[in-house]
Amino acid sequence: MSDTGIGARVLRKEDKRFITGKGQYTDDINLKDQTYAYFVRSPHAHATIKSINTAKAKKMPGVVDVFTSKEVEEDKIGGLICGWMIHSKDGSAMKAGPHPILASGKVRFVGDQVAVVIAETREQAKAAAEAVVVSYGVLPHNVDAAEAMKTKAQVHDVAPDNRVFNWSIGDEAATDAAFKTAAHVTKLDIINNRLIPNAIETRAAIGSYDTGSEHYTLYTTSQNPHVARLVISAFHGLAPEHKLRVIAPDVGGGFGSKIFIYGEEVTCVWASKRIGGRPVKWTADRSEAFLCDAHGRDHVSHAELAMDAQGKITGLKVHTIAAMGAYLSTLGSVIPTYLYAILLSGQYNIPNIYAEVDAVYTNTAPVDAYRGAGRPEAAYLVERIVETAARELKIDPAEFRRRNFITQFPHQTPVILAYDVGDYGATLDKALELAEYSSFPARKAASAKNGKLRGVGFSAYIEACGLAPSQAVGSLGAGVGQWESAEVRVNPVGSVEVLTGSHSHGQGHETTFAQLVSDRLGIDINNVSIVHGDTDKVQFGMGTYGSRSGAVGMTAISKALDKIEAKAKKVAAAVMEASTEDIDFKDGTFTVKGTDKKMAFGEVALASYLGHKFNTAEIEVGLKETSFHDPSNFVFPAGVHICEVEVDPDTGLTKIVSYTAVDDFGTIINPMIVEGQVQGGVAQGIGQALYEGCTYDKESGQLLTGSYMDYNMPKARNMPLIENFKLGFTVTKCPSNPLGMKGCGEAGAIAAPPAVINAITNAIGVREIAMPATPLTVWNAMQPMKRAAE
Amino acid sequence: MPAISMKVNGKAVSGNVENRTLLVDFIRTNLGLTGTHVGCDTSQCGACVVHIDGKAVKSCTTLAVACEGAEVTTIEGIAKNGKLHPMQQAFHENHGLQCGFCTPGMIMASIDIVKRNGKKVSEEVIRRELSGNICRCTGYHNIVAAVQSAAEKM
Repeated sequence: MSDTGIGARVLRKEDKRFITGKGQYTDDINLKDQTYAYFVRSPHAHATIKSINTAKAKKMPGVVDVFTSKEVEEDKIGGLICGWMIHSKDGSAMKAGPHPILASGKVRFVGDQVAVVIAETREQAKAAAEAVVVSYGVLPHNVDAAEAMKTKAQVHDVAPDNRVFNWSIGDEAATDAAFKTAAHVTKLDIINNRLIPNAIETRAAIGSYDTGSEHYTLYTTSQNPHVARLVISAFHGLAPEHKLRVIAPDVGGGFGSKIFIYGEEVTCVWASKRIGGRPVKWTADRSEAFLCDAHGRDHVSHAELAMDAQGKITGLKVHTIAAMGAYLSTLGSVIPTYLYAILLSGQYNIPNIYAEVDAVYTNTAPVDAYRGAGRPEAAYLVERIVETAARELKIDPAEFRRRNFITQFPHQTPVILAYDVGDYGATLDKALELAEYSSFPARKAASAKNGKLRGVGFSAYIEACGLAPSQAVGSLGAGVGQWESAEVRVNPVGSVEVLTGSHSHGQGHETTFAQLVSDRLGIDINNVSIVHGDTDKVQFGMGTYGSRSGAVGMTAISKALDKIEAKAKKVAAAVMEASTEDIDFKDGTFTVKGTDKKMAFGEVALASYLGHKFNTAEIEVGLKETSFHDPSNFVFPAGVHICEVEVDPDTGLTKIVSYTAVDDFGTIINPMIVEGQVQGGVAQGIGQALYEGCTYDKESGQLLTGSYMDYNMPKARNMPLIENFKLGFTVTKCPSNPLGMKGCGEAGAIAAPPAVINAITNAIGVREIAMPATPLTVWNAMQPMKRAAE
Repeated sequence: MPAISMKVNGKAVSGNVENRTLLVDFIRTNLGLTGTHVGCDTSQCGACVVHIDGKAVKSCTTLAVACEGAEVTTIEGIAKNGKLHPMQQAFHENHGLQCGFCTPGMIMASIDIVKRNGKKVSEEVIRRELSGNICRCTGYHNIVAAVQSAAEKM
């Protein structure tokens, strides 16, 4: 391994601009003559729009124009789409209601955008927005997923019972039969709390229309600018793709929330033309981010687990109600189906699984992918019920898991997925050792002496990332392919530019992707640059989400590098007057077998462009190759996380006293970056378990957790101390990509919530506790036992 | 509109602002120093932290007119003669940043924490005093390690 190759802890190449304040985020960009947009938003959870009077606002200082759905309809701007078609088990298509970029006729959640004011300054736009008079006819509303199919608040006409689809997976009859013969059945009601993503950079956009070239540009906070261009072009009908450039510059975190195409960004592009070509800039307030960014999770489930007399799992039955919010967001429908229920086998050999999912409309912000997207919901359900079953059977939770682990690969689960490789026992062993599980009773006794209740919780999660292959996801309803593209441009001096369809918004691609190139071509990592996030530079790409950029994005680069090597060998052979078969390439040098002839990579690059020493009719000049890689299977990262907590019985306050994460991500390109992903993911998972919970007021439909005053983001003081947060890795190489990579971006957020909640329930001796397990929730949960003891 | 003048990163600057103009907007819009960020509207995320007369302050809740005659330092002003400040270097070496958006505020707040608590500042103190700075990417682990490492070198 070289200092900068695969497996090296290379410090990040992108850091310098961020630590010196030179990053270029969307809001840092200002275009000549730009105007500012501010949106008028619904104060009601559900209402008809009787009238909108913009006359007073239009006369306010600095106002350029005010638009509503009337102008959107005049210009025939298409509505927002949901890109994954789900069919109910009766064969009917999901019921997608209309989702215009500015609300038309009706508002469906607090924050729904009704009008946009364009003005010379942001303050002027904001002031004029206050002067837009909207008359509403308030309708009954419902913000609760569990109530959605019973309420009289009907969100969309197409779905009279608010049910978007009733989808199922697995064999119901076989699963019922397994329960009939079960020696023990564990039942659990499980709520997965609604979360608000909260990337620290809020969404922002600058739309700009050039009246001369009739060309649009959109600067935006996107995880996937090419998909944004495709949707804005094909569905909103603003411009053909060659007339629309989408640039996602530095992006300050995404966590899923910046995958989606939202109305505000489309409005900025459209409005720029409408006002005669001046750029239109919009930057969300944090309050708007809370109200309008797509939220995550919000599942209400009932699960039952069947076991035989030996404690072997024989069946799992699940019913889930999944909130979709007021509209189907870009990927909303796939989260509680093909990213959730297909993971319900966990790491376990479960012969029979049946799951049914009712996706429902509620008068809330739309729900879509948030770090993990469906997989945290699955892992939480499986790991909570498995832990509960082990306790009921009085089997050690580690032993119970081991008894049920899948040990033979490949393994076909009853819910579509075929796991390719893994060694769950090895991961568990390593986690038990790192967490010093055998001495837990001594630590528990020591905590008890200090008046604290100590508990330990396990989470043996699995996830599937890098959705694939395109043919398969297409047959399941996907509106796009799931490949990735890469172009490797070797310059005449031997430096390399990689143009990738992946997008980096914290993941460190400028370093890890360069490590791959440095490793393969034997060149200095500083001679490699990674270009991403601009549709005019990169031909196409699917972007970054679902931990796909390593397994899919880097594989595309690797395949393009294969082609570079093959072409360079031809050039080297011609220059050194040898046959191509006799050329070896190692550590950046081309040699001729059995001779001392050699050429450095840079010399071959130059020769490729000079074209002096080979027949250009047989070998094209230049050295540039492209690959579109479509993976043959998902990848399956898995691991075991063990959490230890101390609960103060007087206050209900939970402290995470140690956290151990052992993960199998296959080949690791840069351990420093992978560890960072785990640490960050675990923090988000701890956030879900202990602190974060999106709350709407049932009475008024208002978002109660609409700022950092009310929505408790995890802080530095909430995380375990450095020495108590232990990371370990085991490696089984993924067979479906040449690098053997899996994915690491979401693992922590998937694994942590059940580990933390299992630890708390273990500490205080209760069966169930709701997330977030705030001091009040924990204290309340302890009272019945305290009363019984008194 | 009132005229104001102050020193920003050692350079005298002046401008006309509204009474309600926030320091962060003056820095970002009037001076074009976009390293200082805005991440919330309730003064909690800390992405906007700068130093005013040597003390860490949230520039999103400071009026520009209140800084008349002050010495303001932003993230752009802490590297000297092309050499990174030890805190910047430590964030790089400890992988204390991912998306980089909270990073300027984190670095400015952390410098102040070390100044007030000294080289031997404990992990617990760092964690407690970073309560006004929110990071969504790193889980704070490497940020805390970076601050400890920089403290020894400052």
